[in-house]
Amino acid sequence: MPYKLTVNGQSKTVDTPPDMPLLWVLRDVLNMKGTKFGCGIGQCGACTVQIGGQARRACQTQISAVNAPITTIEGLSADGSHPLQKAWLELDVPQCGYCQAGQLMSAAALLASKPKPTDADIDQAMTGNVCRCGTYLRIREAIHLAANGGRKA
Amino acid sequence: METKTKQLNRRSFIKISALAGGGILIGFYTENGLLAQQRGAAPPVTPINPNTYIKVHPDNTFTIVAKNPETGQGIRNSLPTIVADEFDVDWKQVKIEQSDRDDKYARDMGAPTVGQREGGSTATPQNYQPMRNVGATARAMMVAAAAKRWNVPAAELTTGSGVVTHTPSKRTATYASLAETALNMPVPELSTVKLKDPKDFKIIGKGTPGVDNFAIVTGKPAFSIDVNSPDMLFAVYEKCPVFGGKVMSANLDEIKKLPGVKHAFIVDAPPLRPAPAPGAPPAGPNVNWASGVAIVADNWWLANNARKSLKVVWDEGPVASQSSAGYLAQGKQLASTQASQTPAGGGPRSAKDGDAEAAFKTAAKIVEAEYSFPLLSHAPLEPQNSTAHYKDGKLEIWSPSQTPEIFNAAVPAGIPNSDVTFHLVRAGGGFGRRLYNEYDIEVSKIARLVSDERARAGLPSVPVKLLWTREDDMRHDDYRPAGLHYFKAGLDASGKLIAFRDYVSSHGSTSVIPANEFPRGHVANFWVSEGQITPYGIPTGALRAPGTNGVSFVMQSFIDEIAHAAGKDPLQYRLDLLANPTAPVPAFTQVSFGAPFNPQRAIGVLETVRDMSDWKNRRDKLPKGTGLGVAFQFAHSGYVAYVVEVAVTAEKKLKVNKVWSAIDIGSQTVNPTHATNLVQGGFIEAMSHMMAWEITIDQGRVVQSNFDKYQPTRMRNAPASIEVKFLKTDFTPTGLGEPSLPPAVPAISNAIFAATGIRIRSLPIVSQGYTWT
Repeated sequence: MPYKLTVNGQSKTVDTPPDMPLLWVLRDVLNMKGTKFGCGIGQCGACTVQIGGQARRACQTQISAVNAPITTIEGLSADGSHPLQKAWLELDVPQCGYCQAGQLMSAAALLASKPKPTDADIDQAMTGNVCRCGTYLRIREAIHLAANGGRKA
Repeated sequence: METKTKQLNRRSFIKISALAGGGILIGFYTENGLLAQQRGAAPPVTPINPNTYIKVHPDNTFTIVAKNPETGQGIRNSLPTIVADEFDVDWKQVKIEQSDRDDKYARDMGAPTVGQREGGSTATPQNYQPMRNVGATARAMMVAAAAKRWNVPAAELTTGSGVVTHTPSKRTATYASLAETALNMPVPELSTVKLKDPKDFKIIGKGTPGVDNFAIVTGKPAFSIDVNSPDMLFAVYEKCPVFGGKVMSANLDEIKKLPGVKHAFIVDAPPLRPAPAPGAPPAGPNVNWASGVAIVADNWWLANNARKSLKVVWDEGPVASQSSAGYLAQGKQLASTQASQTPAGGGPRSAKDGDAEAAFKTAAKIVEAEYSFPLLSHAPLEPQNSTAHYKDGKLEIWSPSQTPEIFNAAVPAGIPNSDVTFHLVRAGGGFGRRLYNEYDIEVSKIARLVSDERARAGLPSVPVKLLWTREDDMRHDDYRPAGLHYFKAGLDASGKLIAFRDYVSSHGSTSVIPANEFPRGHVANFWVSEGQITPYGIPTGALRAPGTNGVSFVMQSFIDEIAHAAGKDPLQYRLDLLANPTAPVPAFTQVSFGAPFNPQRAIGVLETVRDMSDWKNRRDKLPKGTGLGVAFQFAHSGYVAYVVEVAVTAEKKLKVNKVWSAIDIGSQTVNPTHATNLVQGGFIEAMSHMMAWEITIDQGRVVQSNFDKYQPTRMRNAPASIEVKFLKTDFTPTGLGEPSLPPAVPAISNAIFAATGIRIRSLPIVSQGYTWT
């Protein structure tokens, strides 16, 4: 059935079953490939998007339950100008890169609520996002860098 | 298009072509310098087509081809940076183009299994010298073209940023402006081509950010799973949960009626891998091919949803009676009955120096211990997938494979190699899993069957994307082999190691037998032998640092036990052993390109990490419940040592506080930024091995199915710092993907011992009551 969504500020209407997860609506119906599939059970965080500004696992969110505007990695900024994207680029964070869209979306939600997070805040907010390559130290550093206006502490 | 092929010398060829729209393309045949050098002979060169390209564009920008697959190890950067630096252009002038799979890369390397492979930390050692030759020859041609145009000696010319300069006459010319002249020039002999002095490198060793980083952080399609086409269909593939099981029948008619489902069919078990014809490249590793049921739908979620209604009758086969408990019981039985009766070693998987049994009788002290490590799944974060389009008898495939070249994935679908176009797409992690590309076979067969069905219905062919679930991925892996080790060591009255014995109950062909491992060559009596657990129906394969990823844990932990029994500082005890060789160590084979273990390099990394961590002072001052552990490993040509500080509570809550790491991978680290990242990631992966990762088998099937029961290290577990230092030594640069992982595991377990007095002898430790703080 038809659902009206706001994705990255744009209105979209999709015709899908009510229990279709947002992840697959984004990837296969709207052809937005930035949000990734990693586990399908909300354990890895690769599919993290923001719904109403909150970090949410798109694989665990049925389309019929979406009740607020969605922001995906494509909406963080298309030109890489978001402070987190700039920090990620500056510190060369990715290895394989597959988890990083989800990491960035969790980090963006964190900075929105805590502009100057401590390491403990970062550990708390980011622990649901698995990086199989193990780039956690750089992710931590990049979040601090972005929080610090791009200046190294 | 004008094409000239010129022979530089017996081992190197060059081809220059005019590019449509202006500019030139420079192609090279190169040989594998390191292999040739270390094997003592040049490999045969059979040039077919040039294998490495530089395109010089009219606007003086350059395209450099990246030939190897990228799974996160950074090779899409590092090989082109080597070319670019010797060509003497700026990195910002360079665009990277990923090549397709092509036999020409493999054949020219003289070793058909390595041309476009991502595995075994081979890319750097096998390509460093050839890529330098490529860049330097291209630069020499630009210099020669300028010399001709200005009628000046080439020796008076300098280069930089893609420009040739003649300082005396203050003339400059871009490479682009010289391209046409170069096209008609004789090609220089390689022997006359001057390589840069490494101190003049401008890109190599400086650190270049990943070429795909922008796409990654902005969510642009970058990975195999992102391959898209408007008319694409999506497939899932259900296989028997028991290894070796086969489909007998399935309720296909019912499945075909489900929403969005377009096709549902049984895919037969492919024929067994045929033996390669004499002289032909190997057909590839043993891939866990299996029959199954394919469901193809309008989108992937609908296809996967239909699986809930799927009813399959399986022939589970003989493996259904096997279990981890059974393997363990048999392993223990083997050790208790055979350990002291195994015939003397000497083969590649066993070793016997001196007479360990006799030496034990003279020992002042005996140390005995049993160690074990489990099967592991690779669990790259991007589940296995591949996309294929079968059209007019030809197949086009987009794959995340780590070994696109050595396994013709389309042959089982009846499509010859010559009719396959194989695109290499960035993979979301490899760790060895994508060396086994059965998903390519599956998608080739599914795409062909879909196209055949559509043709019969008068419909055009379409691409099909096959995507596994996480559960498919964890249950159908080629697992890191498990190992059971039974150790015995003899010490004399002074604490010196005089005899070392390891009996291994093992399985499969991927070595977990430390036949050549330290302390071999540093103890007069050394004996390693093995017994095989059979039958063993679980497919095993290479996981990051195959062999040493488990062996390092047992060997470097047991050495620590020996040092403790001797009452010695465990770091100094290792140094003392290393400084006193008893015999030369036989050369390793594939993991080190034939180079034997070099104790001086091991001493180098140990001494460095000792100083970095302020080992002695820090050890003396640590509070109760905190400990320092050390370990080192020679793995895949690299030498790595770690010191780790951990804190452990009475409730067995573990925290890794700080980590120091010293690495020797030779004279040059090509991309230090990414290299540091890889080392830190290797340590973080080791923490997963240590704490939580274990695959167990029950009734021939894998018990774990997703990350909830296979917990990776997470942000809150990550140490505050992992200091990484690369030594610069006079050895050929070698790879880094593998070596950073293995010694991290025993460094942590040795630190736990230092903190608590409890020796960790089996993995993972979550089963012994440990959790992260």
